[in-house]
Order: sequence, then structure tokens, then C-alpha cells
Amino acid sequence: MSPDTPPVDPIFGRLTLDAIPYQEPILLATFIVVALAGVVVVGALTYFRLWGYLWREWITSVDHKRIGIMYVVLAIIMLVRGFADAIMMRLQQAMAFNGSEGYLPAHHYDQIFTAHGVIMIFFVATPLIVGVMNFVVPLQIGARDVSFPYLNNLGFWLTAVAAILVNISLFVGEFSQGGWVGEPPLTGLTASPGVGVDYYLWALQISGLGTIIGGINLLATIIKMRAPGMGFMQMPVFCWTSLCVNALIVLSFPFLTIAITLLTLDRLFGMHFFTTDFGGNPMAYVNLVWIWGHPEVYILILPALGVYSEVAAVFSGKRLFGYTSMVYATVSITVIGFVVWLHHFFTMGSGASVNGFFGLMTALIAIPTGVKVYNWLFTMYRGRVRFEVPMMWTVSFMITFLLGGLTGVLCSIPAADFQLHNSLFLVGHFHNVAIGAIVFAMLAAIDYWFPKAFGFKLEPFWGKLSVWFWTVGFFVAFLPIYAVGLMGVTRRTRVFDDPSLQIYFVIAAIGAFIALLGVVFFLVQLFVSIRNREKLRDLTGDPWNARTLEWSTSSPPPDYNFAFTPVVHDVDAWTDMKERGYTRPTDGFKAIHMPRNTSTGIILSVLTLIFAFAIIWYMWLVAAVSFALILVVGIGHTFNYNRSFHIPADVVARTESERTRLLAQQG
Amino acid sequence: MTTTTTISHGKGGEAPVFHVTDEPDHDGHSTVIGFWMFLMSDVLLFAGLFAIYAWLGGHYANGPAPLDDGHGSPLFHLPIVAVNTVLMLLSSFTCAIGMVEVRQRHVGPALKWFGVTALLGLGFLYNQVTEYGHLAEIGATYQTSAFLSCFITLIITHSLHVVGGVIWVAVLAVQALLHGFNDANERRAVCFSMFWNFLDITWVCVFIFVYLMGLLK
Repeated sequence: MSPDTPPVDPIFGRLTLDAIPYQEPILLATFIVVALAGVVVVGALTYFRLWGYLWREWITSVDHKRIGIMYVVLAIIMLVRGFADAIMMRLQQAMAFNGSEGYLPAHHYDQIFTAHGVIMIFFVATPLIVGVMNFVVPLQIGARDVSFPYLNNLGFWLTAVAAILVNISLFVGEFSQGGWVGEPPLTGLTASPGVGVDYYLWALQISGLGTIIGGINLLATIIKMRAPGMGFMQMPVFCWTSLCVNALIVLSFPFLTIAITLLTLDRLFGMHFFTTDFGGNPMAYVNLVWIWGHPEVYILILPALGVYSEVAAVFSGKRLFGYTSMVYATVSITVIGFVVWLHHFFTMGSGASVNGFFGLMTALIAIPTGVKVYNWLFTMYRGRVRFEVPMMWTVSFMITFLLGGLTGVLCSIPAADFQLHNSLFLVGHFHNVAIGAIVFAMLAAIDYWFPKAFGFKLEPFWGKLSVWFWTVGFFVAFLPIYAVGLMGVTRRTRVFDDPSLQIYFVIAAIGAFIALLGVVFFLVQLFVSIRNREKLRDLTGDPWNARTLEWSTSSPPPDYNFAFTPVVHDVDAWTDMKERGYTRPTDGFKAIHMPRNTSTGIILSVLTLIFAFAIIWYMWLVAAVSFALILVVGIGHTFNYNRSFHIPADVVARTESERTRLLAQQG
Repeated sequence: MTTTTTISHGKGGEAPVFHVTDEPDHDGHSTVIGFWMFLMSDVLLFAGLFAIYAWLGGHYANGPAPLDDGHGSPLFHLPIVAVNTVLMLLSSFTCAIGMVEVRQRHVGPALKWFGVTALLGLGFLYNQVTEYGHLAEIGATYQTSAFLSCFITLIITHSLHVVGGVIWVAVLAVQALLHGFNDANERRAVCFSMFWNFLDITWVCVFIFVYLMGLLK
């Protein structure tokens, strides 16, 4: 705390009733809706007596499948929030012409674009990829759980409470107005004395911690727990991309931690890392945050490329073309991804040599990415392509991503970047890859692995509508954005002077609404499929005639995944098993060693939430108490040595014979 | 997962093996590699702090500098730093001897050596706290300049790691007294010794890059 800060209340800190924005009608209405929805959900859970079930089977679960599903559910909820922000911005920009101020005051609009970016990156894209990896990777490598099941649970709950923290800022205080990477001096104490930036910093700190924990867990899992026979070059490509991504997470997230911790120290204790006086330098933050930020881009996109590799091979009915080149391309992107961060600020003025190096490295990434695109095309070539929903996402991705990749190469030229920097062209570029590659991949992944997770397929009709509306909506929304960006319109602008630009923003808003229908149809698809689940039921466990190990077990898989650990002879292990007349073992089952559920993860996370909230509002007493409790609970957990149990052999036998019965019934 | 089963690939006419029939429980097979990865991320955390120090460490803003604390004497007191370095190096040595005892599951001797390690760590922390007190006394606080912000943050981050290490070894001692060095506790001791050695190496880097090079400037 800087010395001139007025003394704060020992219990409530700087939190007063004024912090609740009841004078803003939009927020008030949102709050009422959220509160009502909350009451309905809590009421329903209580009425149907589901609290105990939720606590035992989900909240305290260390089952990687359930944790993966919880990540995806969290991401879908936050997607709705992030998309609402997008629609609000599009409306504002379409309206604010000819002297109109639009409908959003600057203070609110700036929070919205910050929240949109933060939510979409940290609480939609990241939980989606982590969730899908969590669910799929152990099954694909033939493992029964992960290396650190308790940490897996803890990582999820830290991410979840960070998302809750962002949502609390909507109704108590404010959120940051500093953009999604929060660059000082704008986010320093002088320019942003309020709690908004503190909410931002602590939300990122907690979710970053959760992501590192999850990254270490999956990395160790892939290295140590592959089924016998599965060397690194026998891993499915999705596992390869997961391996690289988790290495990227462990290597890059510490820099995010450093950047936001130092900014927190600046704000909390009046230090001088990123201030404009006493020797501080804001560009130090910008460098640190992008040393994390650019690898983060690849953290999000590599699993997406992995999903497409799985989908393209399965729905073309062929082995993936160029497996080895795919692996090398993935590793190249991982390595080069670490030496491109400066392209986010060529305008810093590092000189021709430095900018030239980073520009070249950036352009270089197009080569391994191009290799991948050709591999998918050659996989489809002469294949029997089945246009199921995941395959439609993949084709739509290839078209959309090509445009995004090419505009990326364009931005990589430092000379061009001086014009494109901070313009809407850049916004067009990264939405092109974020939506066209990451969102499409995750929707494809949900469609593809949904039958594995729940035992029934998703209704294809609504899924196909979702593909079309997302794809068309994307192009209608972002082609005008590219155009005005090239003309020089800057990003994050709230009000425009030039009336001739309005038509572009009106078209962009229409595009956003078309894409919104894509989201709505996806939710309808979930709803309709759950209602028609008996009709869509899959008993085989392999509804797509797929190629990798996760499809060799039942859908949904039993707690132990595999009654016997599989032995792998080929990249497409399950295809190999099917072709060589594999028969499912029906007897000789043994007891299976599994991790025990724990409530420590959620308790620690809730305490962390309280701690962060207390620090944000300067409630020092609460902060000290919650921190002490975190230590007590965390250390207390290490005194519990009883962390695993055995599923008895007869339970395994019963589960497996039930599956035998269902398979026979189906014929 | 290690398995001694000979795998038939089914290429030479015999039936291919598609699953393992007998496998051991696998508690803790990933602990050490996972801890290595955590240390790797911790190394990068310090790398970030060192990088920031390399960049902003020369920005004294007319305040104290390594060779001049504004009162006519150097800010960095090499004798205390040298003593601290010796304490850290010695503590790594005692920790290593403790590990030898842990490997033989000798609870008493192991805890004795770990106790010495913790005491050396506490001695190090005592010197550090004295040093912070001295800095505060002459008005060299973290609000004075970017140099002092970087310097103090780096040193305190290291000290907090040492505090964590001391708490860890105390908890481990209780657990060893309760259960001996069973498999779980042995793994924890291995991780602790890795952590402690890492702190030592980090301190050596602080000693060289911050203190020695600061005094050379």
C-alpha cells in the first residue's frame, strides 16, 4: 500500500455499499437474472436432493473424466457470458455514429472489452482445451487415471474460483479497464486506482496457478503412464499435441506469474517495476507478459490441431497422412513459439535487427502449420469421407484457418505491422484463428467425444446448423472488421467520427448475431440430444468406427477405464486390435488400484477465493486468517496417507459382464 | 509404467497380446518427475526475476546503489553475504547426508541432519532479516527505486522459499516420527532435498549475479 492511502476499515477494508453498482440499469438487470437463475438452480438441487450426489460424485471426484467434463461445463457457461460481452460491444460500435454516444458509457464499455478477452482466453478456451485433454489423454494412452489425481481436482477448482472472482467483479466493484493483457502504466495505481485491475490480477494469478498444476499433472501422466508398447512415436497425435502444450504451460506460465505478481507489488506496496517514475519501465511488463502470451496462443491452438488430426483420420476412414511430419511440425511450433513474443510490439522500437529476427521467426511458424494443413488434406484425399458434425467443423476450420494464417503472416512483417498494430485488422486476425481454429475444434471435440463421455451421440441436425451459423456468422462479422482495420481504425474504440464507416460495423453486428445463433443451436443440440438420449444411445463404445484406444472401452467408460491395461502395437491401436481379431476378455478380472476422492481441492480453492477477495478490498484481517487456513488445510492434507483403494475383482467382473450383456443384446 | 511382460506383436505367427494380465499398484511412480517439472517452472520464475533485475537493476533513481548507500558506505555488505553463502552451501551438504540416512530408513540420524539443515536455513534467514532491517534503517526501501524494488523482491522471493523449506522439513520430521521413512515419506524427503538444493543453487546465482557483479560495477 502506498503511504498516502487513507486508512481502511480493519474488517471490510475499502469495501462499502457504494461498491455495488445498483445505479447502472444494465448491471442491475443482469444481477437480478443471475440471482434468479441461481435461486432456481439451488432450489432444484435441494428439491431433487442432489447435493450429496454432486459432492460425492463430482465436486470431490479425482476421476479425470469427471474433472474433464466439469472443465467443459465451466467453459460453456463462461462462453455465454463472454459472448454476451461480444454482442454488447458489436451493438455499441454499430450505434455510436453521427454524434451518438451509443448506449454504453466509457467506464462500462472498457470493462466489457477487457472482460470479453479475459473470459474468452482464460475461462473459455483454456478450460475447454484442459478439459478435453483431461478427459481424452488418459484414455488414449490406455491409463486408468492421471499421475496426480488430487492436484487435478485442485487445478480445476482453482480455475473455477478464478472464474467466480471475475463474475463477482460484475456486481461488487468493477473489473479492469486495461485490456486482456493489462499493460501498465494504464493498469498502474496512478491511472487505475480502483479495484478493477486487482480483480483482474488475482483472477489471472489463481487460474494461472491452476493451469500450471494441471500442466505438470498431464505432462507427468503422458511421460509415465502410457500403456505398454506405446512409445512416443506410437502416441496418437492428440497426445503429442497435449504433451507439447503441457510443456509449453509449465515453461511459459511462470512468466505470467512474474508479470502479474510484480504489477500487484507495484499496486499494493508502491514498488517501481512498471511505473513511469523512479526507474520503472512499463515495457518490462509488456515483454514479460508476452513471453507468456505468445506461447499461450500455441497452448490454445495445438490441442485444436490435435483434435482435427483425430477427426480427419477417423471420418476419412484412413490412417492419418504423414504421422511423423505431424509430430515434428507440432514440436517445431512448440519451440519456435517461444521466440516470437516481440511481434506483439514491433512498435516498441527495438531496431531493425531485433524486429527482423522476430518477424522472420513468426513467418517461419507458417511452415510447420502448412505441413499440418497438407497432411489433413492428404488424409481426406481418396478417403471415404463421412460428413458427420465433427468432420464438418474440420472442413470449415481448414477454410477459415487458411485466411487467419495468411493474415498472420502479413502481420509478421515488421514494416506492415507499424500500420496494423493496435488496429481492428489485428482483432480480425486473432479472432479468425481463435474462432476458426480453437472454438471450431472444441465444438468438434465435444461432438466427437460426447458419446464416449455419456453413452449417446449428439443430434446431428442441430450440430450441422451450428456449424453453418458459426461459419457464416464469423465471416460476416470479421471481414468488415478486417476491412476497416486495414483502413486504420483502431481497436477498443467506443465512438466514431466518420459516418461512412458505420455500415461496416452494422454488418459486423449482424454477423455477431448469426454466430450467436450458432451458440444457441449448439445449446439446443445439447438439450434435444439429452431428451432423445434413448434413441441416440450407443452401446458399442465405438460409434464412429474410430482408431484410438479410448474407443475400445465402454461408453461411458467405467471408473477404472480399462479392465485390463491394453498393450499397443500400432499408432492406430484400436484399428489394429479390430483388424487382428481382438476379443474382449470376459473373465480373470483382478482388483484394480484407484485413487480416493478428496475434498481438499475445493476447500483450498474456496479459501483462496476468500483470500484474493480480501486482498483486493484491503481486508487485511480476513486475508491473514484465510492465508493461515490455506496453510493449515494444505499441510493437513499431507498427513492423509490413505489416498487409494482397490475396486474389488467381483465389482469389476459385474461391470464387465453387464457390458457383455448389453453388447450381446445389441447383436 | 514399467512392465516385465514380454510383448508378443503377433508378427511371427503367434497370437498377439492385447492386454496386460498382471500389473502392480503404482503409487508415487510420477512424484519425482512431477517435482522436477515443478522445479523447472520455479527456475523460470527466478529467471523472470533475474531478467527484470538485469534490465531495471541499474535504475537507481538517484537513490542508493550497490557501491554507495548514500551514507558513504556500500549498500551490499559482502562479509554477511559470504557468511550466508557458506550457510547455504553447508546446509546442502547436511541435507545430502540426511538423505543417505533416509535411504537406509534411519529416522533418528536422518532427522538429526535435517535438523542441522533447518538450523542453517534459520541462520541464513536471521542474517537476511538483519539485512532488511539495515536497509530500512538507512531509508533504502522497495519504494525508493526500481533497483531496490527488483533487488528486494528477488531476495525476499528466495527467503520465502527458504521459509517454505524450513516449514516443509519440520512437517516432514513429524511425519517421519509418526510413520518412519515409509515409501511416501521417502519420496517426500527426496523432493525436499531437491528443493533445498535448488534453493542453494539459486542463492549462488544471486551471490554471483547480484552481489559480486553489483560490486564490480
